[in-house]
Amino acid sequence: MADWTRRQFLDASVKGVAAVSLPTVFRLDPAAAFASPLTKGGTLQDYLTHFTVDESIIRRTMALALERGGDYCDIFFQHVISNNVNLEDDMVSRASSQVDFGVGIRVCAGEQTGYSFSEEITPEALQLAAQTAANIATSGTGSPPHAFSANRIADYYPVETRWEETSIGDKIPILLKVNEMMTSREPRIIKTTVRLADSNSYVMIATSDGRISCDYQPMLRIFANCTAVDNDRREKGGYNLSGRVGIEYLTEERLENLVATAVERTVRQFRAVSPDAGAMEVVLAPGSSGILLHEAIGHGMEADFNRKGTSIFADKIGKAVAKPFVNIVDDGTNPGLRGSINMDDEGNPVECTYMVRNGILESYLHDRMSARHYKVKPTGNGRRQSFRHMPMPRMRNTYMLAGPHDPEEIIKTVKRGIYAESFANGEVAIGAGDFSFYVRTGYEIENGKLGRPLKEVNLIGNGPDVLSKIVMVGDDMQLMEGGGTCGKNGQWVPVSFGLPTIKVAEITVGGVNRNTNRRGRRAGR
Amino acid sequence: MNQIQRLELAHWAVKIARRNGATEAGVDIIKSRDVEIACRARKLETLKESTQNSLDLTIYIDGRSSTFTTADLRRSELEKFIAEGAAMTKYLSADPHRVLPDPRHYEGRREMDLKVRDTAYESRTTEQRVAQAREIEDAALGRSDKIISCTAEVSDTLTESVKVRSNGFEGTRVSTSYWAGIEVTVADGNGGRPEGSAWATNRHVGNLPGSEEVAAVGVKRALAQIGATKLDSDRYDIIVENRVGGRLFGTLTRALTGRSLQQKSSYLEGKLGQKIASDKLTWRDDPFIVGGLGSRLYDGEGLATGKRTIIEKGVLKSYFIDSYYGRKLGLAPTGGRGTNSLYALGDRSLEQLVASLDRGLLITGFIGGNANSTTGDFSYGIRGHLVEKGQLVQPVAEMNLSGNAAAFWHKLVETGNDPYPYSTARRPSLLFREVEISGV
Repeated sequence: MADWTRRQFLDASVKGVAAVSLPTVFRLDPAAAFASPLTKGGTLQDYLTHFTVDESIIRRTMALALERGGDYCDIFFQHVISNNVNLEDDMVSRASSQVDFGVGIRVCAGEQTGYSFSEEITPEALQLAAQTAANIATSGTGSPPHAFSANRIADYYPVETRWEETSIGDKIPILLKVNEMMTSREPRIIKTTVRLADSNSYVMIATSDGRISCDYQPMLRIFANCTAVDNDRREKGGYNLSGRVGIEYLTEERLENLVATAVERTVRQFRAVSPDAGAMEVVLAPGSSGILLHEAIGHGMEADFNRKGTSIFADKIGKAVAKPFVNIVDDGTNPGLRGSINMDDEGNPVECTYMVRNGILESYLHDRMSARHYKVKPTGNGRRQSFRHMPMPRMRNTYMLAGPHDPEEIIKTVKRGIYAESFANGEVAIGAGDFSFYVRTGYEIENGKLGRPLKEVNLIGNGPDVLSKIVMVGDDMQLMEGGGTCGKNGQWVPVSFGLPTIKVAEITVGGVNRNTNRRGRRAGR
Repeated sequence: MNQIQRLELAHWAVKIARRNGATEAGVDIIKSRDVEIACRARKLETLKESTQNSLDLTIYIDGRSSTFTTADLRRSELEKFIAEGAAMTKYLSADPHRVLPDPRHYEGRREMDLKVRDTAYESRTTEQRVAQAREIEDAALGRSDKIISCTAEVSDTLTESVKVRSNGFEGTRVSTSYWAGIEVTVADGNGGRPEGSAWATNRHVGNLPGSEEVAAVGVKRALAQIGATKLDSDRYDIIVENRVGGRLFGTLTRALTGRSLQQKSSYLEGKLGQKIASDKLTWRDDPFIVGGLGSRLYDGEGLATGKRTIIEKGVLKSYFIDSYYGRKLGLAPTGGRGTNSLYALGDRSLEQLVASLDRGLLITGFIGGNANSTTGDFSYGIRGHLVEKGQLVQPVAEMNLSGNAAAFWHKLVETGNDPYPYSTARRPSLLFREVEISGV
């Protein structure tokens, strides 16, 4: 099977072998099942047909949703097919697939929101969901639009092959190959796992201000992990790639990079030491270190928190928050990146939003509701996990633009500090501004040179304080190859990060207190 | 669809899977009804009501296994779905361990009413839910003029599930859970807006704490953070408050799974019967607590549950091993995850533990951080209070607690008498000596 060409395989799969997701994609319109109206450049009419609705049903549903006095309504149709294939102990013996299909109805009355969803799209189910969401309003009547206009959206993630056109038979050889590359690369490896996850999401959004939009949103994630042993030390590490891309993204070169990075980062840890505990200079490597921005400023700039006054940035728009060479954006338009979106989940166009321009705090990240509150244009940050969730301001790809400094010079300026390279997770308390992020790999810096590798450690700081302490920004901005999944109020959305090499004058690093004279310190305080 | 109809559907799906070549199959069908209410600024802010269904089907064909999930329960659609799932499964490699559990592990299921379903659920109205949220918000707003924002939330879920396995397992279960909580943001007078929260969850609405209590705790926790600062890096004695201790146990739980052991990524591999913590740590797993949030008569695989000691006076007694990794390891399954966790308690309250401390930290919250199950290394952000001579003298924040779990748990010197009731893990407050804290 592995030596079939992909085309031959697809031909076979159409006959039903690998099409686990296809019939359910088209389950409501079996006649269209193999005409594949949504597989390439689907028109609005294709989407309407796919979700078995037309404009008059949508209008009637909106009329019901608004009949108790809501001033706005949107209806979010979604069909997602996601697949997971896992390799463990050198074999692919487990796979899973999930089909999700449904509609969410939101009614707003001022800043109040009613929400309901249904997993079937029938006139009765739409009616029930509309009436439930309508209950947020208690007086008056709103009215649906007279007509809808089709909303043209951007195309930031064209793919050659949609995931539903691939089969498990296409994916298994990739997993086996990655596994072979890992195990043959490094004899100290004793265990490996590889996971490939893909999904297709088809969405259609109708709003009561008369707009209807549709989008196809692909996603890939591939993880390579390994455990290695050296004498009595055992280390586990890995790497992953992610993006809104098709299977063609997994080139030989990218797989090689995936494996090389996973293995190198794992075996490097045999030499790792705990850093000293305390506040010190921290240099962040380019790329995934952008997680710092996500936690230190990004969440605090989500406008719902500011509308409610709960963010540390609530009164800082127009004020200087960083050195003039610091520019921080949240961007939905980067081609193929994990956090990119052609439109947000309210049908608004996306953009590259400057949160900080030349050191000055410029714009919050808005959804429709906060944009109305602040009387500005939405920035395309209204996102939701699925049709089961109401949208709210969320980040997309958050990064800092390149600055004036030479990355090598930045490291040379550090007498004693750490170089943080890869990360696992982060968290922020948006009102106090305290945030932390967990460093998986990095190095000591001593006298301007990278030293020994570091054991995993948490970094903690305060958002506005750390922003003001970004003292050098390199000219080497990189976007992350993998990406994160951001949680807020129980909803998870894909995001990505980017950063040039930067130096922060001081962040508190978790670690060991080596030269502590406890009594002496106490006496000295 | 009721539970009897769900069972029929599950058995039907198993039959269809077999007809498509499955040697074994498992089906779980779950329906849940959720209502979520939030009140803020003396208004109903959000109202969300919904019902969802899911059917999980796992097909086994000669050591190959795939799981398929759908919300579409129509038989005509399921029939196609299952056929394609079976076709896809055949592409996988055969793994002799990918089979359903040995049916003898289904045996011995206890017969008792765990009282995980609140009979009052059906009669609860949306108006009552909104009234409860408003009551919590009102109680909070009256407590401080420093409050900038406070959001009171109330939610509940009714879950009905059935589980069928082709080698002789059948189970049904109906449960309720209720949640009430508050998030409070206060002005610190200095541009900072520290937040505090309090929440509780229970299977019975009548067992939730009163609105006054939820509000009081939330407001108190927010106000307590005003003026927080970071201290010198040093070794400190620490007390970890009962309600936030979960993150610390993350250093143990992942390392205790069969998967971590079999995948050689557990620092606890080979430690059964050995001392991995101080005498003060005794951890039992009890699935039979009446009304318990983690109570269950059978686990996710259908295995009959039983009481189990995980750690006895610091000695590791049991891992969490599911049947797949159990077969790979050649060990009997012990249940892939915990149910209700109980801990040996001490004699003193949190207040008494604080009063006993000459100098140290009371940790009231964690922020970020992680643990590495392979090496045991961990590092977490913390906030709380500096304690001197038994008194809280200064709120602290922006510090890290770090260490290696293999050594850290030996530093546990006392547990409180205050198990936290609103969680599957009823953790007491914990006192550790001389742990690594970083700050300035």
